[in-house]
Amino acid sequence: MAIDRRRFLQTAGSAAGLSLLPIGRSGFAASLGAQGPSGAPAPRLVVIFLRGAVDGLNVVAPYGERAYYDYRPTIAVPKPGTEDGLVDLDGHFGLHPALSPLTPLWQAKSLAFVHASGSPDPTRSHFDAQFYMESGTPGIKTTPDGWMNRLLASLPGPHRPTEGVSFGATTPRIFTGAAAVASVPQGRNATRPEATDRPLVSSAFARLYDGNDAMSRAYREGQAARGKLMTDLAADMTQADNGAPLPDSFVTDSARLAQLFTKDAGVRLAFIAFGGVDTHVEQGGARGRLASRLAPLGQGLANLAAGLGPAWRDTIVLVISEFGRTARENGNAGTDHGHGNALWVMGGPVAGGKVYGAWPGLESQALYQNRDLAVTTDFRSIVATVLERHFRLSDTALERIFPAAPARGQGVDSLVRA
Amino acid sequence: MTRSDGPFAAGVFRLCRALCRVVIPGLPLLALALPVTPAQAAGDPAGASQAQALHVLNRLAFGPAPGDLAHVEKIGVQAYIEEQLHPERLPLPPGLARRLAALQTLEMTPSALIADYGPPPPGPDGKRDIAALKAQRQRSRIILDQAVAARLLRAVESPRQLQEVMVDFWYNHFNVYAHKGLDHLWIGAYEAEAIRPHALGHFRDLLEATARHPAMLFYLDNWQNTAPDSPGARGRFKGINENYAREVMELHTLGVNGGYSQADVIALAHIMTGWGLAPRRAAAAGQPMFRFYPRRHDEGTQSFLGHDMEGQGVAEGEAALDLLARAPATAHHIAFELAQYFVADQPPAALVDRLASRFLATDGDIRAVLETLFRSPEFWAGAAMNSKFKTPYRFVVSAVRASGLPLDNVRPLAGTLYQLGEPLYGCQTPDGYKNTAQAWLDAGAMTQRLSFATRLGAGRLPLDRAIAPDGTPEAPAPEAMVRPEPLSVAALQATLGGMIAPATLQVAADEPLPLRAGLILGAPEFMRY
Repeated sequence: MAIDRRRFLQTAGSAAGLSLLPIGRSGFAASLGAQGPSGAPAPRLVVIFLRGAVDGLNVVAPYGERAYYDYRPTIAVPKPGTEDGLVDLDGHFGLHPALSPLTPLWQAKSLAFVHASGSPDPTRSHFDAQFYMESGTPGIKTTPDGWMNRLLASLPGPHRPTEGVSFGATTPRIFTGAAAVASVPQGRNATRPEATDRPLVSSAFARLYDGNDAMSRAYREGQAARGKLMTDLAADMTQADNGAPLPDSFVTDSARLAQLFTKDAGVRLAFIAFGGVDTHVEQGGARGRLASRLAPLGQGLANLAAGLGPAWRDTIVLVISEFGRTARENGNAGTDHGHGNALWVMGGPVAGGKVYGAWPGLESQALYQNRDLAVTTDFRSIVATVLERHFRLSDTALERIFPAAPARGQGVDSLVRA
Repeated sequence: MTRSDGPFAAGVFRLCRALCRVVIPGLPLLALALPVTPAQAAGDPAGASQAQALHVLNRLAFGPAPGDLAHVEKIGVQAYIEEQLHPERLPLPPGLARRLAALQTLEMTPSALIADYGPPPPGPDGKRDIAALKAQRQRSRIILDQAVAARLLRAVESPRQLQEVMVDFWYNHFNVYAHKGLDHLWIGAYEAEAIRPHALGHFRDLLEATARHPAMLFYLDNWQNTAPDSPGARGRFKGINENYAREVMELHTLGVNGGYSQADVIALAHIMTGWGLAPRRAAAAGQPMFRFYPRRHDEGTQSFLGHDMEGQGVAEGEAALDLLARAPATAHHIAFELAQYFVADQPPAALVDRLASRFLATDGDIRAVLETLFRSPEFWAGAAMNSKFKTPYRFVVSAVRASGLPLDNVRPLAGTLYQLGEPLYGCQTPDGYKNTAQAWLDAGAMTQRLSFATRLGAGRLPLDRAIAPDGTPEAPAPEAMVRPEPLSVAALQATLGGMIAPATLQVAADEPLPLRAGLILGAPEFMRY
């Protein structure tokens, strides 16, 4: 029975992916929806972390401001309507052309940005800033777990081993904590069988890892999740890439994620990190180094939206990065570590087609320390608003996920549809 | 360094070989349970307890190889520590030296590497030939392959284990990512020239060697860092780049809470202007890759960490590195990292303080700081023993060492490290790989580790395939196509002694023969050290 339902969803998903964008707007998809095992709606959240501090001023560029072009003589992206120009968003901001695969989502109002957002902590250390954004506690280094793990623990039970999935070989800080998280292996050989998939081997190791210590728990959680994940991933992936080299890891990851979401309704939270955006030298404008990193990201996200089919209706994707970069380009046609950034929010429930946030402007006196875009919206109030609406979490749960966070909803209270 | 090794002392090697063949029957399995007091350790009783011997082999080495345990029990833990603190006195076995000598790109200077393997220069029209560029990328892969081979061969087989352990430590401290631009050319030279010779030397020399190395200059962008409006400022060299200045303080020296400000980052960036790379043509003519460009240097005075630094060319940068190397915050930062690496994920504060004092008192003599560490009661505390969770690198290397298998083909090991999230030279960010359980104890990774242990134990990893000069394994000899031979459980027991719990041996004994050694190498006690 479950298989039949999965097959049906899969067919529906690929049909939707082929025939229409935006998805989640058609009557067919809306009537089917994406449901949990019990038939209730199953809200899902994907968090994509751009490690290395992506240059938000070139992702969502304030082309309407002269200062943007004054500050960035060689790396500013040309205005919309010119060659290699920005994709106009609202007459003031434009989207980097390498992200044009996301344009249909913007037009369908399921993509939004919150500009001049970020962490209130002033650090320009990648590692501290990432820690704070993942722990959800800016300025506090002793927090033992990550906010996505606390979120996972706050979702109503019963918990399944694949409720939270993380892409990569190690658990990132954001998912560290008491609740079990499954890892989805990356790379081309990710879905090949392992020796421990053989029952003889796994049962022998189960005797060695039968305690209640961290290693034994990790072994059992890994085994429990692996069986499920491999069943859902194995067959289709080999067909999808036909053995050819995969163009980019994020494109693969997003395809795998779409597959997991459509096949396994038990997956609720997913995390993927993506690097290579620490552009201190020659970051380029419309083309070049940053553009070449954004392109697979945009394509992967568009594929994810398409691949999810009806499940897109219940999915929200956040793209976050530890801080922004200097408003002015540096001496090597790059940018150095800055402060405020743009946070991306997309998905069926998003009230998109809008750049949210109080825009402080780029005039010298408006910049943070006369160098960086200021932060006018705390990332926690954005994420907490999304969590509150999307997962219908209580104030108590939200306080546990983001302790001592600022009030929710300031300027972003309409970000998620009721 | 291998290339400066003295003549080989054949006698010592024969002794090692003889020890390797010793089979130790009925080792006491309860040794681990016995508490070890600092007094015992300090007294260095001849014939160390097995728990102590295993502890030094786990922490100063990548775990015991066949014969190591008997060796340490015979000479005592203090003599072993002394031996390891002086790697220059330990000859490399000729078989290892021969295999290392075959990796010829590791003998090349950065200038020769870029001249021989660098990307083809653009044509007269300024355009690059994409096909030629791809061919160059393909051809230059040998450099990374050989660096990986050398690192793993040494880690598994070198008797200078502490040096290999410290190479792992310092490489991650001064991390460079192999896949950033030109760094794919210099990754092996970076370790050979900047890290390895100073692994047990003076911190200031390490800092100097890394600061000037083309691999680091490229990785953290300082090669383009230029004083704005200086006579040499043009083209891509137009102005300040903060990247190196920030990371050298945050990661290499003071630490993130080491008391510097954004103004200090900018001041240091100005101080380091002009530290760059020689042009390709000069490199091809044999000139060093590091070059200081006075015309791009900021000759103004900078206020840096409360000092007025005058613009005096390259000496200004040297003075800044002096300040950083000798700052108490740096001593504390390095002491914390060493204590975390060698003692506990949450290192005892008193130990960190003592190591920092020793660091300051000896002007950053790493050997002296390690001496203090290895004598400390914290290092010998029962709670510290077997308390660390192995990194993927340590797990893989220790398993192959324990197996005693001949190693020619490192590809299965490099591939496993990739799967486990710790590819060699593959950490993209300058903070390097962590060595804590928090970073590596992971549900998915446990499955991968156990699969690796199972295949290694069953004799299914093709580690003994000969390697062609281009780094690829040659086709297996016909005799290698026979059924894989599982590792001997008795030999593993002899090698690892009381490290393996009786309960594990019992579980292994119940299972089919090909699975037994894998269960030992995948047992919980082999994940810790």
